[in-house]
Amino acid sequence: MAETITLTHSLDDYKSDEKPTWCPGCGDFGVLNALYNAMRAKNYDPKDVVLVSGIGCSSRLPFFVSTYGFHGVHGRAMPIATGVKVARPELNVLVLGGDGDAFAIGGGHFMHAARRNLNLTYVIMDNQTYGLTKGQASPTAQLGYVHKAAPKGTVEAPVNPLLLAMACGASFVARGFSGQPKDLAQLMLAGIEHNGLAIIDTYSPCPTFNRVNTFKTYREEVAPLPADHDPHDFEAALRIAASQEPRYLGVIYQREGPSYDELLAARKTGTQADLPQLLESLFDRYS
Amino acid sequence: MPKTDLVIRVAGEAGEGVLSTGQLLVQAAARAGYRVLTDFSPPAEIKGGYSLFQLRIGSHQFYSRGDQVDVLLCMNQEAFDLSIDDLAEGGLLIYDPGELQPPTSPSREQYGVPFSEIARTQLKFELGKNVVAVGALAALFGLPEEYIQKLLQQRFGGRGADILTKNEAALQAGLGYVREHVLSAPGFTAERYAVERGEPARDRIVLSGNQAVSLGALAAGVEFFAGYPITPASDIMEFLAAELPKVGGSVIQAEDEIASINMVLGASFAGKRAMTSTSGPGVSLMIEALGLGAMAELPCVLVDAQRAGPSTGMPTRHEQGDLFMAATGGHGDIQRIVLAPTSVEDCFYQVQNAFNLADKYQMPVIVLQDTVLAVRNESIPRPDPNRIPRQTRLLYQPNGNGHGAPPPHEGYFSRYALTESGISPVSVPGQPGGQYVATGLEHSEEGRPRYDPVTKREMTEKRMKKLAAAPQDAPEAEYWGDPAAEIGIITWGSTAGPVQEAIRLAAAEGIRVAGMAPKMLWPVAAGQIEPFLQGKQDVLVAEVNYSGQFADILAARFGRPFEKLTVYAGEAFRVRDILAAIRAQARAAVR
Repeated sequence: MAETITLTHSLDDYKSDEKPTWCPGCGDFGVLNALYNAMRAKNYDPKDVVLVSGIGCSSRLPFFVSTYGFHGVHGRAMPIATGVKVARPELNVLVLGGDGDAFAIGGGHFMHAARRNLNLTYVIMDNQTYGLTKGQASPTAQLGYVHKAAPKGTVEAPVNPLLLAMACGASFVARGFSGQPKDLAQLMLAGIEHNGLAIIDTYSPCPTFNRVNTFKTYREEVAPLPADHDPHDFEAALRIAASQEPRYLGVIYQREGPSYDELLAARKTGTQADLPQLLESLFDRYS
Repeated sequence: MPKTDLVIRVAGEAGEGVLSTGQLLVQAAARAGYRVLTDFSPPAEIKGGYSLFQLRIGSHQFYSRGDQVDVLLCMNQEAFDLSIDDLAEGGLLIYDPGELQPPTSPSREQYGVPFSEIARTQLKFELGKNVVAVGALAALFGLPEEYIQKLLQQRFGGRGADILTKNEAALQAGLGYVREHVLSAPGFTAERYAVERGEPARDRIVLSGNQAVSLGALAAGVEFFAGYPITPASDIMEFLAAELPKVGGSVIQAEDEIASINMVLGASFAGKRAMTSTSGPGVSLMIEALGLGAMAELPCVLVDAQRAGPSTGMPTRHEQGDLFMAATGGHGDIQRIVLAPTSVEDCFYQVQNAFNLADKYQMPVIVLQDTVLAVRNESIPRPDPNRIPRQTRLLYQPNGNGHGAPPPHEGYFSRYALTESGISPVSVPGQPGGQYVATGLEHSEEGRPRYDPVTKREMTEKRMKKLAAAPQDAPEAEYWGDPAAEIGIITWGSTAGPVQEAIRLAAAEGIRVAGMAPKMLWPVAAGQIEPFLQGKQDVLVAEVNYSGQFADILAARFGRPFEKLTVYAGEAFRVRDILAAIRAQARAAVR
């Protein structure tokens, strides 16, 4: 984006030889390609990157990348990533997963990840359904969405991921679309460069189980941000985030401030080399 | 003759400073050379309810809080009602006459000491009541006042001369009142409560079990802790939150226990020694992630300060009921090691063993602590941070892939390489060529998801091989009594305390008993237990749960019956309960 750097890696350097498990036409391919491009643009060395995911079709993504990865249990990608990043702040950590992982089983962690503001990038591959278990309603499925567990249509209203993130105190909130992979790669770069947690809700259609929200319908619904939108204007960002017609793509909200990593690092006053001395002083305290 | 063993109980309302009274006494007594062991039983509520602090002091090491109380100090009526039955025949009751008027009884001596009145009118310092009580008790058993003086200076000196002066006056008031009205009362034998002490020693310190766990974790080189508040484990998180940043580590108070354990797995994946602590309800929530730790072969340490269950149960009451869950909780064939420390001192060392075992065998290790151990204070020898050498993970070597593991497949690191021992070299992020994906899915040697029968069978065998090998590294068990005795008693955790005291009393009666407490409960350390069982007809298994969980595990492992000796009322065993069971065994053996 801003800086000019010599790209020392080819796209192939980021690819593993594991064949993606996704159906033909799956939106996740576009997200994967955008990720390869974003990592290449950042000149990342694959050994210094950790991709953390949960469970679901999209969460298989780390297997298709040549970096380190942690494919955890359902809904817990964010806590695992928190552990990785706090233990080793110098690593580049990205979290990837689906809308079920982020907002249903992992919904409790989403709020705390947002308010903690760790220096991570979280790409949610939002297909508004549960693909891996064959099409049940996810927390972002639209009202009336018909599936086998709700044959007459779901009666639960969908969550708006952008509004949720903002309400929880997120410092970077964006929406992407796998049908526009170049723009998505740019969003990922912006998220990576943001100091704090970057949440990128990404429309990534499931052609097999969600016949309602497709590449075609998304293309009709999405729009670029108004030219005069200021992502630092919280109230304006709320209106943009809430809009359904159109559904805006881009960096909707951003604020600057210290990241959790920085605050935690500031608390540290020593290293493991100080351990013997610390133990003796503690023993003295209790003698 | 001065006594060698005196049990004092301070009973009152929570929030009334029962704990701070006890702690002052404990630390002063320990400095003066007494051996000290305490038990603290708070209510679950912050204010109100009954709480007690029990202090056992003397000239030798103790292992339990003592069945009966020699001196009972009651601050209010409820404390009297709930504690009086525990006062020994001929024991001494001290009470606050402003709060209660206990009936006299031929089976005890009793004296009123107007703690509240002294604090309120004489000292004009109501908060000084606890220090008055400290003075009163110190006068009684002959604790030299200079040790308390010095502690008061350390504790209050920094808070202004006024506070210190007031506390010193409170101490003198307590000492003076008891000397004048109790020790010199007609018919009172002051010597009955004087207690023998050892030499004042600098090499002993007073710790609670939770403090010992925290210090052990520091000594092990823990660099990451995540936890969620829960009684009785929260002190561990609080201790480490203050100390870990001083050695470059981090503590996160997570949003729940599920987050805590997953954060710990993330930090472990990143190459750090990582731990969490919780109690039974928290472990229940962590079970899924413990399965992930087993499958992805990630080392981590979980300290379970067990409390009375099931469900929320009794948050401040004692039980050893989490063994089944710790050993086998979760779906599938999981791998996990379970250790149980037996004393405050042991907490310090077993936590270090837990980290070593976790790193060597690349799996979660649960340390089964319990409420009694968590909250009790004990004077122990100053811990040795170098006694347990640190063991590291079998690390992947980018050049040459050392440690005899097969070379990585073309361009890919075999994180889960099948080896003789089942233990595979592990890489950490940042190592070139070590990239792999840790996963809870069944996987190939390269860590790729694979569901074929050969992979599943081989990988299951690889993981189980590690579990089967772990008892080779079981920490040494504790043994007491006569190894050749026909009566045996096996126990674990803090129950080791009353068991070893009962065995000693039985020996004094001429009953020969052999006792042991293995530190590794799962997998069963057969190499330790099998020799112990040789030649023993009857073996008791003492533990604080209804079902006899360890007894069942042992019966299944060794194909022989064990006699279950259990209590399950939210309290520890009393020594006399165990002694009675031993006597019954001895009588049966004679017949």
